[in-house]
Amino acid sequence: MSEMHQTGESAARYSIGIDLGTTHCVLSYLDLSAITEDSPAEVEVLAIPQLSQPGLVEEQPQLPSFMYQPHEAELQPSDIALPWNANQKVIAGTIARYLGSKTPIRLVASAKSWLCHSGVDRREAFLPAGSPDEVKKISPLDATVEYLEHLQQAWDYKFPDTPLCEQQVTITIPASFDPAARELTAEAASVIDFQHLTLLEEPQAAVYNWIKACGDKWRDHVTLGDIILVVDIGGGTTDLSLIAVTEDQGNLTLNRVAVGDHILLGGDNMDLALAYRLKAKLAAEGKELQPWQIQAIVHACRDAKEQLLLENDIDEVAISIPSRGSKLLGNTLRTTLSRDEVQQTLVEGFFPKVSIDEHPLAARRSALSQKGLPFAQDPAVSRHLAAFLSKQVAAADDVLGANDVQGTDASNFIKPSAILFNGGVLKSPVLAERTLAIINQWLSQAAAEPARLLSDSDLDLGVSIGASYYGYVKQGQGVRIRGGLASAYYVGIESAMPAIPGMEAPLEALCVAPFGMEEGSETKASEAEFGLVVGEPVFFRFFGSNVRRHDEAGMQLDYWQEGELEELPEIQATLPAEGRRAGEVVPVRLAAKVSEVGTLQLEAIAVSSATGNDKPERWHIEFDVRD
Amino acid sequence: MNFDLSSLPTTFDMLHLILAALSLILSALFLTKSKNGPETTKAQNLQSPVSEPTPDSVSTLAPEPKSAELKPEPEPTPALLKTASPDAALQLLTLLQQDARFIDFINEDLSSFSDSDIGAAARVVHEGSKKTLNTYFTLEALRNEDEETRITLAEDFNASEVRLTGNVVGEAPFTGTLIHKGWKVSEIKLPKIAAGHDVSILAPAEVEL
Repeated sequence: MSEMHQTGESAARYSIGIDLGTTHCVLSYLDLSAITEDSPAEVEVLAIPQLSQPGLVEEQPQLPSFMYQPHEAELQPSDIALPWNANQKVIAGTIARYLGSKTPIRLVASAKSWLCHSGVDRREAFLPAGSPDEVKKISPLDATVEYLEHLQQAWDYKFPDTPLCEQQVTITIPASFDPAARELTAEAASVIDFQHLTLLEEPQAAVYNWIKACGDKWRDHVTLGDIILVVDIGGGTTDLSLIAVTEDQGNLTLNRVAVGDHILLGGDNMDLALAYRLKAKLAAEGKELQPWQIQAIVHACRDAKEQLLLENDIDEVAISIPSRGSKLLGNTLRTTLSRDEVQQTLVEGFFPKVSIDEHPLAARRSALSQKGLPFAQDPAVSRHLAAFLSKQVAAADDVLGANDVQGTDASNFIKPSAILFNGGVLKSPVLAERTLAIINQWLSQAAAEPARLLSDSDLDLGVSIGASYYGYVKQGQGVRIRGGLASAYYVGIESAMPAIPGMEAPLEALCVAPFGMEEGSETKASEAEFGLVVGEPVFFRFFGSNVRRHDEAGMQLDYWQEGELEELPEIQATLPAEGRRAGEVVPVRLAAKVSEVGTLQLEAIAVSSATGNDKPERWHIEFDVRD
Repeated sequence: MNFDLSSLPTTFDMLHLILAALSLILSALFLTKSKNGPETTKAQNLQSPVSEPTPDSVSTLAPEPKSAELKPEPEPTPALLKTASPDAALQLLTLLQQDARFIDFINEDLSSFSDSDIGAAARVVHEGSKKTLNTYFTLEALRNEDEETRITLAEDFNASEVRLTGNVVGEAPFTGTLIHKGWKVSEIKLPKIAAGHDVSILAPAEVEL
């Protein structure tokens, strides 16, 4: 049994996991051909060659997700050559971050956050945002493609016999990505022409990483009825998921029952908060800082915070910012960052002890108000957590049976029994313990058992490692997390009633894709019919709900509770004029399917075929509407 | 002469580090400059107290040998010498300058500055040098015993790993006091240099527009 025969679709030798993070990309791989009964799956992380300085190529496990658009006079062609390309044009990775720290107007950063920002056209070349016209621009989608291409070239350079596009590839995305952002990620990946591609939610990847680290013993750490809360706080985003442990024919199974909203809040905000605190402190001493000094302080705070957030007896760390000129002495800016300051700014600022009914202060900023990223208005991770647990109070009822709801605010939330941390921020024991303490305080106030921590390894690389392990699990080995769509999706229909002055026509919502729809499945076409005008784009209002679990496709809602449905950007269908008269109205029905890759697809299906064939025509409905 | 003992430790560690790095670089540069055999033979002569001093080796440390024909020893065997790549030395200087402002610091005149100014700059150099060393080199001590304790060296000890000093007489095993635990690089991971990249530029001049 030492040889493994691969058949059909999975002729790939490696299962590859790609963590396409907001601040870093990681690629890890698992050699499927090396797995035998005696030797378990081994995952390795690719050392990615990248420029660290002009002319210097270093291998690092993480590729910083930054691009730099240089001025033509800025760099020599030989200084940006990469091992696989002497005439490299694109500057990405460590060098981009380094050059961009001195010339921010040419730095492309946070492309991933822009990719899921529905207020902008994500195919439009506008990054770096707000920089002078002369700087070459690139779209969030193209930036994502560039990072993937760098990973592809690094892989193909190291493994020329097994090109990346032929391997089993899993790319991770935030669980909170909406259908448009998922589709855009898949579209970016399609440029690489991956033959076997799957998208996987990052918190699920973290769970796979944990399962892999535990081996067969994972079943000893959880029991039937457990609800695992995954808290993933990375550089740019906070991602929450709930996983319920159930039983199927005597085996424990995992079900992802809920995911949180998209929260743009992460470690970078924390470094910035510390830097501004030091800036205020220096200002009080009469020292005004220049922008480059603030940048240097952010950098220094990142290192200092790591020491001060460990459990040790260091009370303060000196921060020295040297002058930019060659004279070091006398020009070095000095200050200190103390444990108390870190405690106040990070622990109390981002992880305040709040009660379960304290939810984020401000509502989400209107996405269209300005061309900026919709950062979370409330920096308190604990309030976002409280909101999530309260909103998802019934998330596990379907798989675990309903809880006795006691009706009081203090207990009206879903009670996780185990917690898994992921993301660089939670590497700090102080922050991880604080988060656990807050959740356990809520649990004890609701007279529930405290949650236990599932220990995880390597929070920086875990998502990518978990993703490559998932590729192996997909082949039928080991436990697979059940999930499907984490939201139900609806199309808005204006109800037919006489117009009343001063009142909007009441809106009804037609469910087109139910909660939990699995990969590779599709719904039947809706009963309701819509008229599409040939040759003209038709817009639909589009809604998602991550709490309504029982609406079936085709159901029409005329009433829902505040906050149950969230409006997403409009979607659009355009019928080509071929074979039809322009201006003709074609009755269509709507149907949804979830592709094998993991993206949702909506289709308009003609009620009667134009050509008289039996097979009605189908048109794709676009999520990402271009203005 | 007054020593401020309280301020000593911070600068002391840093100084050691710098001295270590400097000696490494200088020896690399020194070896690089040597183009031929006689020069190093001469250096060996200097080190060896047994060899008869010749006017040549005593009088000058200048790297140029006066003549290859001037052979004080009867039958010298030419030593095989490797030329250390200047690129690697320059690269290390570049990295130390970039992360630790090493060249800037060494080129400062310390005499007119207070210890606190020097201390502030030293932190920059220390933190940066440490980061550079840890990133590119894996260092380990050659001896794991505590310094200032008595240790015994077996007969087959490696003379390049352990240097005997003081009352060096008798036969192995030797017993003595461990003065310094020694350092060894077990792994080195320097960045690769693009062909055509000018390594002699340690830090480009910076002009802000």
